[in-house]
Amino acid sequence: MRHALLAVIWGSASLLLALDGDVGIHDPSTIVVAGGKFYTYGTGGTSLVSGDGWMWRKGTALPLRQLAPDVIHIGDRFYLYTAANSGQTKADVSMIWTRSLDPGSPDYKWSAPVVVASSDGIEDANAIDPGILLDPTDGRLWMTYGSYFGYIRLVEMDPKTGKRLHPNEVPRNIAINSEASVMIYRDGWYYLLVTHGSCCRGADSGYNIRVGRSKKVTGPFVDNIGVDMIQGGGKLFVGSGARVIGPGHFGLLDLGNAVQKFSLHYEADLDRGGASVLDIRPLLWKDGWPVAGENAKEGTYQIESMRTGTVLELAVEGVPVGGRRTGRGGGRGAAGAEGGRGGLFAGTGDVIPPQDPAVISTAWPKGNLDTRMGNYMSQVQQKWTITPVAGSGGYPGSPYFKITIAGTDRTLAATAEGELVVVSAFNALPEQLWRLDQLADGSWRIMPKAGPNSKEPLSLSAVGSSFATLARFDPASEKQRWILKVP
Amino acid sequence: MNTFKRDASSLVIVLAAAAVLLASAVTGGAASVPASTLSPPKTGEIKPGPDGFIRRWLVLEPIAATGLTDSIVQAAVRKSPVVNEPSAIPRDGEKVNVESAQLTWHALDTSNYNLNLFHFARSLDKNTSNVLFWAVTVIQVPREIRDVRLAIGSNAASVWWVNGQEMIGIYGDRQTVIDDGVSKRLTLKKGSNVIRAAVVNGGGATDFCARILDSNDKPLTDIVVNLRP
Repeated sequence: MRHALLAVIWGSASLLLALDGDVGIHDPSTIVVAGGKFYTYGTGGTSLVSGDGWMWRKGTALPLRQLAPDVIHIGDRFYLYTAANSGQTKADVSMIWTRSLDPGSPDYKWSAPVVVASSDGIEDANAIDPGILLDPTDGRLWMTYGSYFGYIRLVEMDPKTGKRLHPNEVPRNIAINSEASVMIYRDGWYYLLVTHGSCCRGADSGYNIRVGRSKKVTGPFVDNIGVDMIQGGGKLFVGSGARVIGPGHFGLLDLGNAVQKFSLHYEADLDRGGASVLDIRPLLWKDGWPVAGENAKEGTYQIESMRTGTVLELAVEGVPVGGRRTGRGGGRGAAGAEGGRGGLFAGTGDVIPPQDPAVISTAWPKGNLDTRMGNYMSQVQQKWTITPVAGSGGYPGSPYFKITIAGTDRTLAATAEGELVVVSAFNALPEQLWRLDQLADGSWRIMPKAGPNSKEPLSLSAVGSSFATLARFDPASEKQRWILKVP
Repeated sequence: MNTFKRDASSLVIVLAAAAVLLASAVTGGAASVPASTLSPPKTGEIKPGPDGFIRRWLVLEPIAATGLTDSIVQAAVRKSPVVNEPSAIPRDGEKVNVESAQLTWHALDTSNYNLNLFHFARSLDKNTSNVLFWAVTVIQVPREIRDVRLAIGSNAASVWWVNGQEMIGIYGDRQTVIDDGVSKRLTLKKGSNVIRAAVVNGGGATDFCARILDSNDKPLTDIVVNLRP
């Protein structure tokens, strides 16, 4: 980040925006979950807190109002690293720690700062923007830091104290021409994520997040076309898109059960007046590289089981699109037709319009109906509209959604027995609110906010080719993985 | 593309040669062929294998029935003379009068995971197309087991009951896929539990398979299959 502190105020956010509530922040830290709350810290010592990862509010400011913090939870301590410049490239990274992030807790007490890395204003480094990795393979703690003026550097830290393990050891240079570095680990690879481009210019910011990987924590980190990040390499992970400009400051948010998300800020959210805001998005993986996923969007979809290839549908007798076939074709001009009379495969010769839910649904029984699954046939009972529900809370990155048969009020709900039912109308009960998390392979986990008697989270599950239920999510199975396709 | 299965009536018009084959395939009248996968039970009871499939059934000779949609299949089932009561277990060789015909129940063991109804009907020189088959079995359960599911596959449409309660209905022209239709969670009571099925075929091959899945979706094998209530 480049010496910028944005103070932004805006009104209530639309559900179509990135997150909800007060989400103004610049250079957010990795999000930490503690005591059922989500915490992140930004430049200027700002903080944001959320009870569900969707609705955010301002939190208590840090005692150090410096730049671009990162935070990690190890044992009973939360270590927070942040930095300050005293010259253009003369800077110190400092560490403070506390046993609680909850200002209401007696354990909320930050330690005195300890400098853990510095740049002297002459060397090719600018000691700001720390990022922390606790290596899951061996428990060693590492910190990367740096910003544009020279190298991204790597030093080893002491997980027992949060301080430098070898203060006199010369830092390793692992990347160049970037900032906001942080490492993550997955399946034998260390990934170094950095932010390229310019920050702090609103919608004119060129910020974008890039990545390289290495089999060793110390590098070399090489991108997808073989360029070492110390020579400027870096595979694009996420750039500007839609109405958000300048993504930067990647942070891993691992929710367990193979559900991973990442936090970031956009330099400018065009729907919030160009303010810098926090967002949380799904983290996908493809061919050994991280891919930025998208949160669920309002729309009409077919909900297809990755396991069976069949789609979720209302259990009513389907009507073939265009009507049930009674003759021998009869279209005009078809191959094989004689005298324009058509044939077995000729169709009608005219465009067959989509089915009208208002017409088709009149034949459906009243009241609650079952669901089932079948081959997609472009029929009304197979098309579901996913709509965000205001004021019903959410989960990291998204609000809860209602799921209805497109063009009707028929609403998908969970039953007390852990099964599915379609009720005649939506009334915002928890069993009618759905959470959609995109998984690493791009498929979706679909869960009710709560079942009437549920003692544990349940997921939409294809227990058979023609039947879906609710079951505990198994990350190793395809039963609970769904593909959302636009019909 | 299997047009023999899909649209037999149109093919008769379009493909004369195929129509000859089709006619012999979907109607009775051909010489009966022994059902290689089926045999009369030789023991009082059998257990499912590791895959859990139920391999002993009483099957009624086919009843004429045309149509595979939800409403047509349900109507065919409702008007059938077969008594759908848990205690109404037919005996091997028992006769049933259906319209002008007298049909017989056959106790059968299948050597495969599925019961081949095409083999069954063909071996009796009966129609295999546009027919409804009734099948029933009894499983003996050592203790009450909650949160299990009946899991079936059928060619083609089928409706299934456990202890008299309808649990599964799958419709339309379809092939037998293991665990295609799966019921909601149910409880098997200690002792006898009756599973009954109505399978409606349009044209071509016809068969079904069935097993019980436990609360972890694993096949239930700790049961005994016999045909006694």
